[in-house]
Amino acid sequence: MSAVHLAVDAGWGWTLAVKVVVVMALIPLGALILGYTFLLKMMSHMQSRLGPMEAGPHGVLQLVMDGLKFIQKEDITPVEADKRVFAIAPMIVVISTFLIFVVIPAGPKVAVQNLDVGVFYALAVSSLSVIGVLMAGWASANKFALLGALRAAGQLIAYELPLLLAVVGVVIQAGTMNLQGIVAAQANGEIFGWGGIGNPFVITQFVGFLLFMVAAQAELSQTPFDMPVAESELVAGYMVEYTGFRFLFFFIGEFGTAFAYAALAATLFLGGWAIPNVDLANGWMNVVGPLVLFAKLMFVAFLIFWARFTYPRLREDQLQAVAWKFLIPIALANIVLTGILKVAL
Amino acid sequence: MSTVDPDAPPIPSIDVPGGALTPLADAQLNVELDTGDMILNLGPQHPATHGTLRLVVRLDGERVVSAEPVIGYMHRGYEKLTEFRTYPQVTTLVNRIDWLSSFANEVPFVGAAEELMGIEAPPRAQYIRTILTELSRISNIYLFLGEMALQLGALTPAFYGFRDRELVLNLIEAVTGGRFHPNFNRIGGLKDDLPWGWIADTKQVMKKILDGCDDFEDLVVGNEIFQARTKSVGIIPGPLGASYGVSGANLRASGVDWDLRRDGKPYLVYPELEFKVWTHPDGDSFARYWVRLQETREACLLVLQMLERLPSGPVMAKVPRIIKVPEGEAWVETENPLGQMGYYVISKGATGPFRTKIRSASFSNVSILPWLLQGVYVPDVITVLASLYFILGDIDR
Amino acid sequence: MPKKPKLPGLIGGLGITFKAMVTPAVTVQYPHEREDPPTRARGVIALKEENCTVCMLCARSCPDWCIYIEGHKEKRPPRREGGRERTVSILDRFDIDYALCMYCGICVEVCPFDALHWSPEYEYSEFRIANLLHDKDKLGEWELTVPEAEPLELGAEVKKAKK
Repeated sequence: MSAVHLAVDAGWGWTLAVKVVVVMALIPLGALILGYTFLLKMMSHMQSRLGPMEAGPHGVLQLVMDGLKFIQKEDITPVEADKRVFAIAPMIVVISTFLIFVVIPAGPKVAVQNLDVGVFYALAVSSLSVIGVLMAGWASANKFALLGALRAAGQLIAYELPLLLAVVGVVIQAGTMNLQGIVAAQANGEIFGWGGIGNPFVITQFVGFLLFMVAAQAELSQTPFDMPVAESELVAGYMVEYTGFRFLFFFIGEFGTAFAYAALAATLFLGGWAIPNVDLANGWMNVVGPLVLFAKLMFVAFLIFWARFTYPRLREDQLQAVAWKFLIPIALANIVLTGILKVAL
Repeated sequence: MSTVDPDAPPIPSIDVPGGALTPLADAQLNVELDTGDMILNLGPQHPATHGTLRLVVRLDGERVVSAEPVIGYMHRGYEKLTEFRTYPQVTTLVNRIDWLSSFANEVPFVGAAEELMGIEAPPRAQYIRTILTELSRISNIYLFLGEMALQLGALTPAFYGFRDRELVLNLIEAVTGGRFHPNFNRIGGLKDDLPWGWIADTKQVMKKILDGCDDFEDLVVGNEIFQARTKSVGIIPGPLGASYGVSGANLRASGVDWDLRRDGKPYLVYPELEFKVWTHPDGDSFARYWVRLQETREACLLVLQMLERLPSGPVMAKVPRIIKVPEGEAWVETENPLGQMGYYVISKGATGPFRTKIRSASFSNVSILPWLLQGVYVPDVITVLASLYFILGDIDR
Repeated sequence: MPKKPKLPGLIGGLGITFKAMVTPAVTVQYPHEREDPPTRARGVIALKEENCTVCMLCARSCPDWCIYIEGHKEKRPPRREGGRERTVSILDRFDIDYALCMYCGICVEVCPFDALHWSPEYEYSEFRIANLLHDKDKLGEWELTVPEAEPLELGAEVKKAKK
């Protein structure tokens, strides 16, 4: 415990370095954990099969082996491609994932930087990946990659709005955009005067939670919104020209972003690292907090992947119609209702 | 692009500041913007087509202007092969035309040979033949139920299709020795009888398949996303489909009430059985899926019905050791899982057919694609292909 | 097209995948675990050499012509005094090329002397295709794996002598 205090008080430079290293290690680790649990094991069991069992006990090392396999593959860049843009595009996608983790708190004092505009920053930074996608599609010098990238960009931009508007309800109820403040509001809040389980916004902002989950599903390009990367369709999407470790970047980006969105949803709606009415002494909450957050985000990720493996995919025009004609009006209505209830109650 | 036609009505001129436009410039304003067409080659290797079908599609933006299927990548020369094989050997070969429901391919051929010889298989053999035909129908269409959802993006139903189909394949293997290629029909009956305990096993498996069909109803048919993707997509009008030669569930989903088991020349034991022929008025991809789901259920009920009424007796009629089919021609068509399949066998008295013409269902089903794919969106091409359900071996033979 | 949220359809689908998730998987982890094929499964053809009279019916009836038979005739002394010399056919070579074999079973069925049998063994893959040509001795070894014919279902005709 004293080591944590030491690290926290050690000085701005060292602290920042430690935090950066932790986050950079966390993203691939999180991607691995999510990939193994949900993609390899949960999907397999939903399909009545076992999944990988050979690499490591029960296949835990399968993704590591896959990663090594990708790294040792030949790095092919198309002749016509714009080489620098081609190389940078996957990095931008991964960088936007890293940046989301700057504001997510994992304990009372465990956060890279506790920004006052935490929510605003997180959502703004998560839309950087759209640029990465467009760069990938354009630089591939492939008609179909470009088509896939344009579809993806249209989808990602369309679903930014429901995502944002769903969170506005949470912000109104919590009264702050600071993520630590939102966690505190949920831990210490009350539902109609009863403070037994605090005020988790998944209950009081139920509509917002559903909207956030649907929009997050689209932002992650998961079925039913995975037309850009449709596997059994004509083209493999904007990633078609990427091989080897560049594809690995996209893969880590996809699951890392799922990790990040799940963490964000857990913080905004399920109460983050806090357990309501429980406060541990001596800074132990800094150790237990991340574990609690991890459990909650695994639950959210379970929901995301459950929907992914069950539903077929929507066609592009249906997808856009769902976003613009259905989700956004509901989100606006939710905001109005929240505002009225906040003022009235 | 535009030529000035002397008989055309006078082109209206537009009031433009600075004077009226010249007729030529005016005419050019009426010309439509001509966007370039893109030619897309779907296949022959592609996850959406069940095998090596090549679809040359001309696109205008996201819409299909014209589509042309190119078949023949899997042509194995069946009709030529049969000219040099004896009847048992041909029975082995025709297993492999529609490999998902192999037993159903043998039945019309053996039926044609028996018709030429004037032999009737004993009743127990007819019953077991029908049971195995319906089992292969279940095995075939059940896979379709899972695999069409896969084409639309749902990963899970495909595995359920394969998982439950294993049970049916194990049943077929217990009787015939082969999961996929039974090679069980002989002229005059069947090769062997049922093994001990098979009837009880089959009843259990049929109940499981019925449960599986209920699962598909919840998971796929009731799914709003699936409905949004398949309703009103790829509508085949009934009379047009019939004129193209579309048959089977594709035609019944367009409202045409035609099933060879009930309406054609009587074959096997279908005249003695009670079963419902399912139709759907819409004719879109959803209707085709729905009809096939009901047909699977109906096949399970048929099997259960037949197991109750199974007569006892021999499974093979008296036939000479060396079978020489007398001269003549016979045409037998049956309701196969994919559609209407028929064999036209010409015999000149030898141990093998002189000429066999195989009318396969998928060949005619695919012929409607150029008409059907006009004006659909690109993702809907996949939906339409999946819902028509063809097997390449059946198209190309 | 905007969808009205009819919850049952979408939720029902989730229920089914959840149910499948908590039901044990059906995977048989080959090669650590094995499933036994049924008795009649057509795995490999076995040869009982003493029954074979080199009549060539199996080689002739194979659709792929994958059976290669060579034999010769030998004279044997007469069985009784003053009898005629007998000729017996000796089997020199009986190869089945499993790279060509379609596993149709016509040869097994057609043999009048019950020299060929089906065995459910299926694990005989080789690294070289040439090794898929099983000769007389190997086919004789498969004979040990041929199972007993199982009893038939109720209602089957009881035949007096099994072919």
